[in-house]
Amino acid sequence: MPEITLATILAGTVVVALNAYVVLAGADFGGGVWDLLATGPRSGKQRDLVAHAIGPVWEANHVWLILAIVLLFTCFPAGFAELAITLHIPLFLMLVGIVLRGSAFSFRSYDREHDVRQEYWGRIFAVASVVTPVLLGVAVGTVAAGRVGVPRSGDFATDFLRPWLTPFAWSIGLYTLLLFAFLAAVYLTLETDDSALQEDFRARALVSGVLLFVAALVTLGLSGSAPLIRTGLLAVPGAVPLHLTTGIAAVTALVSLWKRRYRLARAAAIVQVSAILWGWALAQYPYLLPPHLSIGDAAAPAVTLRLTLGALVVGAGVLIPSLVYLFRIFKR
Amino acid sequence: MSDLLAARSQMAISLAFHILFAVVGIGMPCLMVAAEWRWSRTGDPVYLELAKRWAKGTAILFAVGAVSGTVLSFELGLLWPEFMRFAGPIIGMPFSLEGFAFFTEAIFLGIYLYGWGRISRRAHLLAGLLVALSGMLSGIFVVTANAWMNAPAGFTVVDGKPTGIDPIAGMLNSAALEQTLHMTLAAYAATGFAVAAIHAWFLRRAPESGFHRRAFAIGLLVAAPAAILQPLSGDLSARYLARHQPVKLAAAEALFETRTHAPLTLGGWPDREARTTRFAIEIPSGLSLLAYHDPAAEVKGLDTVPPSDWPNVPLVHLSFQAMVGLGTYLALVSLWVVWLALRRRDPVGHPWLLRAVIVGGPCGMLAIEAGWMLTELGRQPWTIYGVLRTAEAVTPMPGLIYPFLAITLLYCLLGVVVAWLLYSQIVTNPPATAEYA
Repeated sequence: MPEITLATILAGTVVVALNAYVVLAGADFGGGVWDLLATGPRSGKQRDLVAHAIGPVWEANHVWLILAIVLLFTCFPAGFAELAITLHIPLFLMLVGIVLRGSAFSFRSYDREHDVRQEYWGRIFAVASVVTPVLLGVAVGTVAAGRVGVPRSGDFATDFLRPWLTPFAWSIGLYTLLLFAFLAAVYLTLETDDSALQEDFRARALVSGVLLFVAALVTLGLSGSAPLIRTGLLAVPGAVPLHLTTGIAAVTALVSLWKRRYRLARAAAIVQVSAILWGWALAQYPYLLPPHLSIGDAAAPAVTLRLTLGALVVGAGVLIPSLVYLFRIFKR
Repeated sequence: MSDLLAARSQMAISLAFHILFAVVGIGMPCLMVAAEWRWSRTGDPVYLELAKRWAKGTAILFAVGAVSGTVLSFELGLLWPEFMRFAGPIIGMPFSLEGFAFFTEAIFLGIYLYGWGRISRRAHLLAGLLVALSGMLSGIFVVTANAWMNAPAGFTVVDGKPTGIDPIAGMLNSAALEQTLHMTLAAYAATGFAVAAIHAWFLRRAPESGFHRRAFAIGLLVAAPAAILQPLSGDLSARYLARHQPVKLAAAEALFETRTHAPLTLGGWPDREARTTRFAIEIPSGLSLLAYHDPAAEVKGLDTVPPSDWPNVPLVHLSFQAMVGLGTYLALVSLWVVWLALRRRDPVGHPWLLRAVIVGGPCGMLAIEAGWMLTELGRQPWTIYGVLRTAEAVTPMPGLIYPFLAITLLYCLLGVVVAWLLYSQIVTNPPATAEYA
């Protein structure tokens, strides 16, 4: 297991924030995927269900990303600077996606009555919901492949394009998209009493869950370009039990979907996705940007780390009860 | 366009766009809560309708504010990675606290917007209050981080790197109080006036509309106290600048030479080369009086630093004049309203007051834009005043004109859509004509 230092704990909180973002906001993006792919006689109802499910919570869910970024630039400023330089283009495009997704969703919700315009907003919302997670995944994949933190050569393509234009990075991008779509479909089975609609999303969850296995294999096949991650995934102590957890959770999710035990499926899917994320984080250890920048080398002075940890503890005291209250009102 | 100028322009567009929505996110919850509170006290359904209608507008504006704020948090790194490398550990504190305040705001706004009928009336009102409180706090924290760029504290530079970092000292920097006070008041004044102006427009045609009367009153109730206090807060800021950022004040006032009995320069166009301001009205000793409350006081001019360290004097001067002029106008209109209220006169019965409020509608937002231009342009060529130059902070990524153009186009489109949506929400769907006339 990783050595417990102040810097490791703070790096852990960044992963916690990312984990919450993936599990909560990830499903909001996934909802957009199912909006885009809405088909059949119930396509209108499917879209309404997605809107109904994410309406009250998406803004709060989105803040996890801001929290992760703030923690990153406060506690690991050197890592943040390198990320922002090398991944300038994909991150910028991701931001455009975030802006379009959020605005279009809100415009659609508050534009009056159903009409052509609403459909138009809906389409922008859906397309942006597909593009954004792919770019997020590409950024993660580029870090995992050890392409961020390389000294700059001065050549534009080498410094700003080639690092993230790799099959591996894009396979992680697609994997992220599938992951989000899978989560959303699983959650949506619990958002409706209409059994036909429930069946629609059960089928979608099963299909995307199976595709997720395939995508995982493809990613593993391409991971030759991320040797550190490849060895990290297996060699780091504690990694094997984590992968076992992922596997058991994944199978549990699919089996309980098959048996229509949706609550169990939702819990298993959350465990599965979280275990994947922590598996990645653990495989990177002790690096923030493997193999160039370690967590310890990237860390801000101890005083900053201590104060940030203190702020996190106090903040969590306000945040957690508020979040519990929010989800109690709108989710079951 | 050089990459540095493109990066600065992109940051400027992003800030100028976001600030409008951020301000509404601070101001509107107060108005919604005031209306809902009146409803809970009087049972008057018009107040409930008002709260719901304002909540709708707030939802659209808040969503755009949240995503444009996300853009800024990333742009700090995408455009200014060397600034963040230097400053992150020192000013991360207010940003972290802002993260939590914003979290609280987003959570309770979700509860407020979608919670009608799902939670008790009291819980709903409380949710609104929490949105208003956390909105104000998140604004204060972000402005505190900006204040640090003007008044860097909590570190010493050794070999170009910050050492002896003290994030608490960074957060309690000497500009924080003046700047956060000024911005918070501005947010209430601008939002309140914008709302009051919209309803004043309708009152001109339908002076008896209960809906618009109540909306107009709540808008001014939030705006007037803030607008009247703002010149006092501005005085604090000017005196602060005179002591700690004299170059910014000198540029704002186009004072080229250090002197006693410094005049207050109204209007005009500063000429950098000739070191004079053409076509200006000068009030003798005015600036010395304002900056030090003493007509004989010496005020530092632009000559205290080499011209290469000057900000863009004409733009800073123009921004400052615009901010002060617009703010003064709002304060005067507010005093007029207070005077009428004290004499128990109906302000709606004064067509000239209604007109004055309508004109005031955009003034608050324009004053805020001008104020931020003054703050940001006036700090140049520094990102961290006296410590890190903007040119040293920028990313090595070339071709920055493309993201600048992309974000400009995106925000122009969004701005048009939001304006049109609000217009169609309020104007083509007026409740005043049918239900509540």
